[in-house]
Amino acid sequence: MAVDTQVATVRPPLAYRARGILRGLQTGDEAAYLIVLTSAMAIIVLTGLLVLELFWNSSLTRHAFGWSFLWGRTWDPVFQKFGALPFIYGTVVTSALALLLAVPIGLGSALFLAELAPRRLSDALTFLVELLAAVPSVIYGLLGVFVLVPFLEAWVVPALKATLGFLPLFQGRFEGVSLFSAGVVLAIMIVPFIVSVSRGVLLAVPNDIREGALALGATRWETTWRFVMPSARKGIFGSIFLALARALGETMAVTMVIGNTPTISTSLLAPGYTIAAVIANEFTEATSDFYIHALVELGLVLFGLTILINGVARLLILTTSREAAR
Amino acid sequence: MSGVSFRRRAVNAVMLGLMGLCTLLAVGVLLFILGFLFVKGASSLNWAFLTKLPKPVGESGGGMANAILGSFKVLALATAIGFPIGFLAGVYLSEYGHGPFPAVVRYVTDLLNGVPSIVMGVFAYTLVVLPMKHFSAIAGGLALGVMMIPIAVRSTEEFLRGVPRDLREAAMALGSRKWRSIASVVVPTAAQGILTAVMLDLARVAGETAPLLFTSFNNRFWSPGWNQPTATLPVMIFTYAISPYDDWHRQAWAAGFLLLASIFAINIAARFLVSRGFSHSH
Amino acid sequence: MSASRPKLTVASLTAGFGENAAIRDISLELHANAVTAIIGPSGCGKSTLLRCLNRMHELGAGAWVKGGVRLDGDDLYGAPVDPVQVRRRIGMVFQRPNPFPSLSIFENVASGLKLSGMPRKDLEALVQSSLEQAALWDEVKDRLHRSALALSGGQQQRLCIARALAVDPQVLLMDEPASALDPIATARIEELIHELKRRLTVVVVTHNMQQAARISSHTAFLYMGELVEYDRTEVLFTNPKVRRTEDYVTGKFG
Repeated sequence: MAVDTQVATVRPPLAYRARGILRGLQTGDEAAYLIVLTSAMAIIVLTGLLVLELFWNSSLTRHAFGWSFLWGRTWDPVFQKFGALPFIYGTVVTSALALLLAVPIGLGSALFLAELAPRRLSDALTFLVELLAAVPSVIYGLLGVFVLVPFLEAWVVPALKATLGFLPLFQGRFEGVSLFSAGVVLAIMIVPFIVSVSRGVLLAVPNDIREGALALGATRWETTWRFVMPSARKGIFGSIFLALARALGETMAVTMVIGNTPTISTSLLAPGYTIAAVIANEFTEATSDFYIHALVELGLVLFGLTILINGVARLLILTTSREAAR
Repeated sequence: MSGVSFRRRAVNAVMLGLMGLCTLLAVGVLLFILGFLFVKGASSLNWAFLTKLPKPVGESGGGMANAILGSFKVLALATAIGFPIGFLAGVYLSEYGHGPFPAVVRYVTDLLNGVPSIVMGVFAYTLVVLPMKHFSAIAGGLALGVMMIPIAVRSTEEFLRGVPRDLREAAMALGSRKWRSIASVVVPTAAQGILTAVMLDLARVAGETAPLLFTSFNNRFWSPGWNQPTATLPVMIFTYAISPYDDWHRQAWAAGFLLLASIFAINIAARFLVSRGFSHSH
Repeated sequence: MSASRPKLTVASLTAGFGENAAIRDISLELHANAVTAIIGPSGCGKSTLLRCLNRMHELGAGAWVKGGVRLDGDDLYGAPVDPVQVRRRIGMVFQRPNPFPSLSIFENVASGLKLSGMPRKDLEALVQSSLEQAALWDEVKDRLHRSALALSGGQQQRLCIARALAVDPQVLLMDEPASALDPIATARIEELIHELKRRLTVVVVTHNMQQAARISSHTAFLYMGELVEYDRTEVLFTNPKVRRTEDYVTGKFG
């Protein structure tokens, strides 16, 4: 009943007391919003600038050759005649070979790591495989030049020639640097991407499906291959496209083992050239603006190609994750 | 009880074995790479290598001190350019990120992420080297910096998204401004994740060579300031590896080992931080 | 109503994960052509017991099993026995319907058969028969090649039953088959179970005592991993011998 005068009401210091409800001090929020918005816009501006610069700095050759640049077979800096076909050919062939080798191994590993290995072992092994993705391209090139190519020369190519030598793919002399060597190095480089993304997609497939299949008396392999895989199929294709996009743009490792020769040959054992490799090698040697424009135009072609493939990949992976969430 | 057909069991066993073999192959390659680089490179990694400048062409000996410093400079610049932009854009996407414009930002960021590194080098060349009329650390830093942006955006958005909703609402309910709640509550909670993001981002671009080939180019001497062609470790590895000199090959191995060991160390440290971080905040 | 020869014999079954035993020393006999219900509060080990019957329990991390299960006298856990084959003889239907999303209705039912390489023409007859047994045929006969996901929850569950029946098991295990379904769908499933017992032995885990009373001839009551009482259903529910059983069925706990 007595009025409680002992307890003094403690109030926060003046600066922190609640102010009136008027809008007065919204500026902090607005300023912050503007700052982050500007950063977001900077990204759009930078990307736009990139595309523009690629277009502006290839205008000379684009106007000179038009679309025929894409199927021109000659790359002659001396006579200023430039065609992209040898490089498109080399890029496509090495990437295709890389996929052919990397997909079975990558997918096999992903299936093992997602479906069969106990979780802790799977996590540890996946970590190691993902470390492979962190190895820089130039290191792969280093190992490619001094380890892989001699190995291919001593063991693999003789075996290939003995068994499949009748194919035009494996005819002719093997000097070490070649489309084949580049394809193999690329394959090693893209395996981690296939493993990593595919494993993620497989793990996202709900467990009900596995239980349903096993309860029907399916073996582990049948459960994985016939029931889990189909649900993950789109995402796995997405991972393959991602790996392809990566392979198309690879520069250093390729240029160190491909031979850097702008020719188109049916044999994989012959040297070749890719878009990324020729830009890397000749950019600093380019003596005229026209020459540089040709190289930048090649960059534009590569840019377009990778955007396209990446776009397809994202679409595939996105639709898979949406289905799994149902 | 009759068994499942022999064929089905055989297929099962064979396929399981094959899959295990693939995994072994993948992991084996990694161990081989590490081991080989160590064997060939560690022995050449001596004090001279770390502190001396390259000798004239053809002479043996010397080191890569300028390249090591150059890499530091270029990477520092790249981080300073790329990470803040990426980070702030990540904050934008996670805190204000609904609607058509954020969707465009996300799409463009993904696009940027897919640009091949050599094309990024061409971009930096046209933007910086052409107007300046010479190679520089700035150009190299810009090329790598732009490459760092998309990764920073994605990591930041992910980590910020992971901060629980109640935490933000509690801050707002106390009468704090939105930016304050983000700065004082959301970001610090995700601070460890953001640090990890910087590290991983850095590790990703630390080994890039292609964008530097015609931006920071190369240099056999020290390159004071930011306006000169600058030696970097990856470019040196490339140059030495394709040369005809055995001594240069030896140095390329040493540099390769140094580069790979550094990148792995950053990666492992970042993962370690992440795993500790989760147990810490729960 | 039920034959007297036991179909499945469980002998001193103990099973668990890691250091914990989920069920302890359970012994009972399940009768052919009858429905046996397994009831008990959450966590009492009902699902574990069920999954030991078709050797699915051992698939979990750290899982272990001691004791035995016999089907028509054959030891299911004997050394040369292939668990995959056990699961062909003893089918299972799960709590949440789990049709394979990438397959059509037809393909779902046929999936078990396809594993043993049955040719297409024989498949059609079997698929129809299974769907009829599952009381689903009339509803899906015109859209066999549409996605299984287009069906309602109750229909999907009957699809899963049809899928399990297609491989011609001798026993069907059902883990709370109607708990994810609405009352009407539940009633249809119960009708189905009633029909199925003519040809199969059915074991149903359920947390719904009224359901157990409706569908089963025998009921096992589990509590904290142990078999408390096992008897004919009408006896267990109206005149249980163990105090704890009485407490449970009269709703004093659980």
